[in-house]
Amino acid sequence: MKRFAELVNLLGASTKTNEKLDALSHYFATADEQDKLWVIAIFSGRRPRRTVNSTLLQTWCAELVQLPAWLFEESYHTVGDLGETIALLLPDPEIVTAGNSLSYYIRQLMELGQAEESQKKEFIVNSWLEMTTEERFVFNKLITGGFRIGVSQKLMVNALARTVHTEPSVIAHRISGNWDPASISFSELLNQEGDFIDHSKPYPFYLAYALDDAPQSLGAPEDWQAEWKWDGIRGQIIKRDAQLFVWSRGEELMTEKFPEYAILAELLPDGIVLDGEIIPSNGATPLPFALLQTRIGRKNISKKQLSEVPISFFAYDILEQDGIDIRTEPLEQRRARLEKLMADLSAAFDQSRRNPLQLSQTIAFSDWNELAAIRSNARDTGAEGLMLKRKSSAYQVGRKTGDWWKWKIDPLTIDAVMVYAQKGHGRRSNLYTDYTFAVKDGDKLVTFTKAYSGLTDKEFAQVDDFVKKNSLEKFGPVRTVKPELVFEIAFEGIAASNRHKSGVALRFPRISRWRTDKKPDEINTLEDLKKLLEVYGK
Amino acid sequence: MALIEFSEKGLYCPAGDFYIDPWRGVDRAIITHAHSDHARMGSKYYLCHHLTKPLLQLRLGNHLFEGIGWGETVSMNGVRVSLHPAGHIIGSSQVRIEYRGEVWVISGDYKTENDGLSGAFEPVACHSFLTESTFGLPIYRWKPQPQLFHDIQQWVVGNQAAGKTSVLVAYSLGKAQRVLQAVAHVTDNIFVHGAVWNVHQTLEQAGIALPAVKRVMPDMPKETFRGSVVIAPPSAEDSPWMKRFPDHSLGVCSGWMQVRGNARRKNVDAGFALSDHADWPGLLNAIKATGAQRVFVTHGFQAALSRYLNEQGLEAHEVKTEFGNDEGEEPDTVNESA
Repeated sequence: MKRFAELVNLLGASTKTNEKLDALSHYFATADEQDKLWVIAIFSGRRPRRTVNSTLLQTWCAELVQLPAWLFEESYHTVGDLGETIALLLPDPEIVTAGNSLSYYIRQLMELGQAEESQKKEFIVNSWLEMTTEERFVFNKLITGGFRIGVSQKLMVNALARTVHTEPSVIAHRISGNWDPASISFSELLNQEGDFIDHSKPYPFYLAYALDDAPQSLGAPEDWQAEWKWDGIRGQIIKRDAQLFVWSRGEELMTEKFPEYAILAELLPDGIVLDGEIIPSNGATPLPFALLQTRIGRKNISKKQLSEVPISFFAYDILEQDGIDIRTEPLEQRRARLEKLMADLSAAFDQSRRNPLQLSQTIAFSDWNELAAIRSNARDTGAEGLMLKRKSSAYQVGRKTGDWWKWKIDPLTIDAVMVYAQKGHGRRSNLYTDYTFAVKDGDKLVTFTKAYSGLTDKEFAQVDDFVKKNSLEKFGPVRTVKPELVFEIAFEGIAASNRHKSGVALRFPRISRWRTDKKPDEINTLEDLKKLLEVYGK
Repeated sequence: MALIEFSEKGLYCPAGDFYIDPWRGVDRAIITHAHSDHARMGSKYYLCHHLTKPLLQLRLGNHLFEGIGWGETVSMNGVRVSLHPAGHIIGSSQVRIEYRGEVWVISGDYKTENDGLSGAFEPVACHSFLTESTFGLPIYRWKPQPQLFHDIQQWVVGNQAAGKTSVLVAYSLGKAQRVLQAVAHVTDNIFVHGAVWNVHQTLEQAGIALPAVKRVMPDMPKETFRGSVVIAPPSAEDSPWMKRFPDHSLGVCSGWMQVRGNARRKNVDAGFALSDHADWPGLLNAIKATGAQRVFVTHGFQAALSRYLNEQGLEAHEVKTEFGNDEGEEPDTVNESA
C-alpha cells in the first residue's frame, strides 16, 4: 500500500506529464505483479464493487476522533474530499507496520461484501490505525471510488507501452473490455499469452477535438465527410461468438441497460463492431438527451419507459467485420461497408418489430459556406452540431488532432444573477466555486441552474472573495449571497422539468462570461427561459 | 463599559484610550506584530516589542514607535499593558491588558510550537481571551518542525541531484527566515528575493543571527542560480520574476498546503504545510492554558471554533475583524518588488 500511496502522491503533486509518465513506468517496472493489475484496473475505471458505504466511514471516523458530526461536516466541506478529510482527521498511527500490499487490502475489502457491519468496522478501523496519512487517503479512495488525480487513461497506456515495449494503441486495446484483475496475470493481460480470449473487448474510441478555426482551414471540402453530431452516449456494439455487448465510451458494459438492442444478437452477423451513438429516437428522429437520462441509472426498466423512451443506436462507423480489425482502412471504405451492412439488415428485417439500429446519415455539401448554413439548423434535427471526418482517415486511438473534428453550434445563453455559493472539490477545495443562478420573475428571483465551470482561477478567486464578504445566510455548506454578480450562462439544450422550481432543466450549463457590465436588474426573466423552452425544448 | 470594545477601527480599550492593531489611523496603537494586516499606517503613536520596531520602520517609515520587552508593564491611563511572546514571527506578541482586576489577553497571530526564532509562545492567564483561528478546524494538525524541515531538505537535495534550482515560496517576514534555517543545513548557495533581503538586513541589524544569503539581482545570468535555493515571497510566484530560474522546481510553504486541492490549484511541484499559525490542537491547548472563561474568536474559522468551544462548556463568541479575510488568507506583505 505504501508504494501505491507514494505513486498516487507523486501523480497528484506533479504538474508535468513527463514526471507522471516516469513515475508510472517506474511503478509498472518494479511493483508487485498483482498490485500492478489493480493499478491498471483502478486507473481505467474498474474499481472493485463498493462494500462499505461512505456514511459508515464518516461515522466511524467521527466516533474514533470524538468530534461532533457538524464539525466533521464543516471539515469535509473545507477539504472537499471525504477520503482526504478522514485521512487528515484520524490520529497519528499507533504502529506503522511494514504494510500490507494494495491487492491484500482490495481482496479484504471485496470479501467484506457479505460481512456484518461490526466486522466491516473492525477491519476498516484497524487498517486506518496502522497506516500513514498518505496510505489512509488512498485506502479511503479505494473504498469510496474515484481516483481523480490527473492521470488520464492515455498516460497510463503510454507508461505501460514503455514498460512492456509495445505500441500504445495495442496496449489500449488489451486493457479495454471485461477482464478481472483477480483472475488474470500481468503478462496474460498485456502480452495476451495463454488461452484467455475476451469476446467482449471493445476498441479504444477515436475522439475528436473541437474545431475552433473556420472550416476553410481544413482544406478541400471534397476530402471531408460531414455527419450530424448527436447528443447521446457514445458507444460500441459488438457481436462476437453469438453474443452481443454494448460498451459506453466510459468503458462501461451497458448491454443489460438497453433491452431494445437484444434483437441485434440475432440480426447482426458474427464478428462485427459498430461505433455510434446510444440515443432515444422515434425512427430516425432523435429525442432529447434529458429523456435518456431518465433511463440511465435505473436497475429495472419499466414497460412504460421502453415505450416512451425507446433507445436506438445511430451507427456511424464499422471497426470490425467478419472478425477482422478494419480500423486502418480509410473511412470512405469503412463507410461503404457500413452502408451495405445496414441496407442488408433492413432488407432482412421483420417489419413488425422495432429496429433499434439506425444509420447516421452523412450530409452532402459542396462548399464550406453551404455546410455552415446547414450547421446553423442543427438544433432542428436534434443534433448539437456537425462532425467532420477526413475521408482517408483511419480509426485512431484516443483523442488525436487532424482527421476528426466536432463543429458544434453556438450554445444558448441567458444572463443570470448568482444567489447561492458552495465550496468546490478537488483543486477547488476551500474556494466557493459552485454557484446557483437565478432569473427574474417579477420582483422575485427564481433559481434555474447550477454551474461549476467557465471562470478562470483568477475570476474564481475574485468571486470567492465576494462570497466571503457578502454572505447573507448559511445553510450547511451553502451560502446565500447578495444577488449582485451577473453571469452569462451558456447551455446546449433545454427541457421541461418538474424537479426544478423554474420548470426547466438545462443541458451542460456553464458560465460563459462574467458580465461585470450588467446590473442585477438587467438579467433575463423566467419568461425568457420559457420562450427558449418553447422553441428548443420540443 | 467593557474593557475591550470591537469598534469600526478595530479593538479598542476605552479606559486606556488605545487600540490594538487598528485598521485605520488612531492616536495610540499597540501592534502585535509587523505583518501588514496588523500593522497599518496612519497612527500617531505605536507601542510594540523591541524587535517589531525596526520591522515597522522598514515597512511604515519613520513614526513614533516605542519598543518594550516581553513582560515589561506600561501604564496607559491607569490600564496596565504588557507584551508576551506569541511565537508567530520575530517580535510577535500577545497583549495583556489589566484594569481594576479584570484581565484580557489579545493573542494576535500565534503558534504554539517553538520555531527557534520567534520566541516560545507563553500562555498568559486571563478572564477573557481573544484568539485567532486561521487554522481552526481539526483537519489542521502540523507535523513537528524537525520533520517538515527534513521534508524540505530532502526535496532540495533531490533537486540538486537533478541539476534543478529549488524555488521556495514563503512570506518574506517570518516564514522566509524559518525556511532559511531549514535549507542552510544542506546548502550555502542561497538566494533571496529583494523583499526577503530587506527583512533579512533589518533583522541582522537588530542583532538576529541568520545564515548568509545573496540577493537576486536583475543583471545576474541565469546560470548563476543553477542548483541553488531561492527564497521568494508569494507575490513573486506567478510573476515574470520567476523566469530567470531556468530549470526550477517550485515548493510552497504554507499551512494551506495541508489540503491536496490547494497544492493542486496552485500548480506547485511540492507543498509543505509549514505554518506560523497554531494548528487545531495548538489553538485548543492555548485557549485552555489561559484559564479564560470567555473566549472571543476571530480571523479564520471563527464560526466553527467558537461553536466547538461553546459545546465544550466555554463561553465563546465570534468576532469579525479585518485581519486577513473571513477565512484566513495569510496576508501578503507590502512592497515585495524585486
